[in-house]
Amino acid sequence: MSSMLKKAVTVSIPSVRQALLRSNPVLANALLAKRSYNSKGGVEMTVRDALNSALEEEMTADEKVYLLGEEVGQYNGAYKVSKGLLDKFGPKRVIDTPITESGFCGLAVGSAFAGLKPVCEFMTWNFAMQAIDQIVNSAAKTHYMSGGNVDCPITFRGPNGAAAGVAAQHSQCFAAWYGSVPGLKVVSPWNSEDAKGLLKAAIRDPNPVVVLENELMYGISFPMSEAALSKDFVVEIGKAKIEKEGTDVTIVAHSRSVGFALEAALLLEKEGICSAEVINLRSIRPLDTETIIKSVKKTNRLVTVEGGWPQYGVGSEICAQIMESEAFDHLDAPVVRVTGADVPTPYAQNLEAYAFPDTEVIARVVKRILNKKIGA
Amino acid sequence: MYARVSVRALARSIPSKAIKTTPAPLAYSAKAFSTSALSMDSHKKKERVKVHFPGALDSHFSQVLEIREKMEPIDTFRVMDTDGKVLDKSLEPEVTEEFATKIYKDMLTLNVMDLILYEAQRQGRISFYMTNAGEEAYIGSAAALDPEDEIFGQYREAGTLLYRGFTLDQFMNQCYSNDMDLGKGRQMPVHYGSKALHFQTISSPLATQLPQASGAAYAIKRSGKKNCVMCYFGEGAASEGDFHAALNIAATTSCPVIFFCRNNGFAISTPANEQYKGDGIASRGVGYGMHTIRVDGNDVWAVYKATQEARKIAVEQHKPVLIEAMTYRVGHHSTSDDSSAYRSKKEVEDWKRHDNPMVRMRKWLESKGWWDEARENAHKSTQRTAVLKSFAAAEKRKKPAVSEMFNDVYDKLTPNLIEQKKELEELIKKYPAHYDTSNYAKEN
Repeated sequence: MSSMLKKAVTVSIPSVRQALLRSNPVLANALLAKRSYNSKGGVEMTVRDALNSALEEEMTADEKVYLLGEEVGQYNGAYKVSKGLLDKFGPKRVIDTPITESGFCGLAVGSAFAGLKPVCEFMTWNFAMQAIDQIVNSAAKTHYMSGGNVDCPITFRGPNGAAAGVAAQHSQCFAAWYGSVPGLKVVSPWNSEDAKGLLKAAIRDPNPVVVLENELMYGISFPMSEAALSKDFVVEIGKAKIEKEGTDVTIVAHSRSVGFALEAALLLEKEGICSAEVINLRSIRPLDTETIIKSVKKTNRLVTVEGGWPQYGVGSEICAQIMESEAFDHLDAPVVRVTGADVPTPYAQNLEAYAFPDTEVIARVVKRILNKKIGA
Repeated sequence: MYARVSVRALARSIPSKAIKTTPAPLAYSAKAFSTSALSMDSHKKKERVKVHFPGALDSHFSQVLEIREKMEPIDTFRVMDTDGKVLDKSLEPEVTEEFATKIYKDMLTLNVMDLILYEAQRQGRISFYMTNAGEEAYIGSAAALDPEDEIFGQYREAGTLLYRGFTLDQFMNQCYSNDMDLGKGRQMPVHYGSKALHFQTISSPLATQLPQASGAAYAIKRSGKKNCVMCYFGEGAASEGDFHAALNIAATTSCPVIFFCRNNGFAISTPANEQYKGDGIASRGVGYGMHTIRVDGNDVWAVYKATQEARKIAVEQHKPVLIEAMTYRVGHHSTSDDSSAYRSKKEVEDWKRHDNPMVRMRKWLESKGWWDEARENAHKSTQRTAVLKSFAAAEKRKKPAVSEMFNDVYDKLTPNLIEQKKELEELIKKYPAHYDTSNYAKEN
């Protein structure tokens, strides 16, 4: 059954693309742009380049900002996010470290205690588990435990969640883990504007901030507004963005899932099934419950989408907070979570595809939720 | 040029036990190895050939199959003997009476404070305490630092804070977690911190301060200030992964940090000979490519001089240094420990009698005419009175205001914290009988 469904979906996508380009070209480009520049005017930037710009601009503006991590300098970054930075700023500002996450993360934390503003890159957030004590017990808790006397203006960043064919130890999503820690701020950008604005905000923030990027998004291009290209452009941490307005159901997602949610929303609209409102969380902590509550009051239905595991996840937290809020009285159906499968990520390509939610899964769940009504 | 010899062939011709020899150009039988045999072939004497592999550029090739278990143990530097007599006149400390007596007075004060606060915990007045008994000589290392050198401690270095001017009131306020505590009552006792005195707030997880010290040192290097970082830890904490990561990164990144290991023989109940198999912690410094010295940690002047030299290396060359100070933990690990469970009282008494850092320093001072019985009693008495006074005052003070619970999670309260704070305020106002805030300082 599933392979047939897959075929149906792939056939419909080109027609969706055409419909989209006719009705809303900007949104179409945002969703469907591939790894090349769109020659139809307007500036486009890959997420990778957006992150690179953010780093370059903040390092130029404040000489206390410096970058460290494995392969960030001479190799130009394991994923080329720090390309050109060593050449521009020199080895005092861009440091290649030995293979020791606890070592260089601890060093970064200590330098932040002493007044510098480090950007600590983890090759992937999976490897940060070897430094998680420094992140949680030191960076997150020290301002509090020192009576407000010790600051830690540090930014931790790196790719998080799903990649392609790298198996379980390289594919875990850490949004829920770090999102539960008081003292940390946690952001999860989706597109280039998110990436640039949130990374800049993170570097400028005097608190420790965790920036959860996504490797599969690095090469994707998105249009950048005039404002987003400015060197003072920041995205406020703690505020979600409504990517698409709608009336029948609210879909809340973060990171790569936002793209799938938007595709699903368009698919459902084209099929005349419903008008979905898609919220891009942007920040995991603080969580913008206000925006979600406002939307739920309007649509009366809520679906959360994430790539991470279901138990104790981002969706679980949103469910709990919505249930505890005034939005509960506005729900026409129980909240549904769409999440990654409750397994370590498989290596086999077909199994890996089933382990993460995509457009088709989201659309199916939304259709199901529309048929439910409390009390009916 | 030399005749190549198959190592296997050589090995077959000699007994299986490893033989330490210089490389021989031809296959001799084992019995023929002697210096005369070698000089016979001196015209064919091999130059030691350097290795080219990028990972070990200082190494030379050898034809000796030897799997070593140890290197030469590192010597322990000392200035005074156990009677406080300087062993080598050239090492006589050139210090003023004021400087030297301050160190000793602080050792005495620390001792007095420890005794009283330990008792306080036993009486249930504070929740926890750790003493410095037996290790007071580390104060000598604080005396060699500049006041702006940043200190990252573990938990048994309160003497360095005392030396820098932390007041008895400040110590007591932290132990009592009252409204005058610089840490706002958020930590267990002895987790002191002082921004003014450049003493980083103590953090419980072991060894996490080591890579942080490297980082703070990196920041100091970047700033151009002629300062260093002093990082204290125990021989037990040196087993943590962070220790290895920190030393390696300090060496590769050239950080002006002094790693000071208090090897006091115990990690709670784990004796040093179960903590590691190598030659103490000092042998590891060499392994990470850094300047290293082992000192008599019960000898104030050895500790002082080593720190002075180490500081020069760190500040002038921007290189890390490892100092391993050998000492003995006379007290229990903490108030949660009873060390008679794993060592004899006799062992402890023997150490107190035979190698006592306080006695050694006192005897040295007396030999200079700078100290005597009368001054000892007077100082102990005044300090005891002062400690008890601070103690009583700290005990009477209220706890920090309730609203402090929400501050400093971030620089500013986030929306959810503002909400929670408001909710608590309303509850306290509505149900005063259930929320007795009389022991807390008033809200500002």
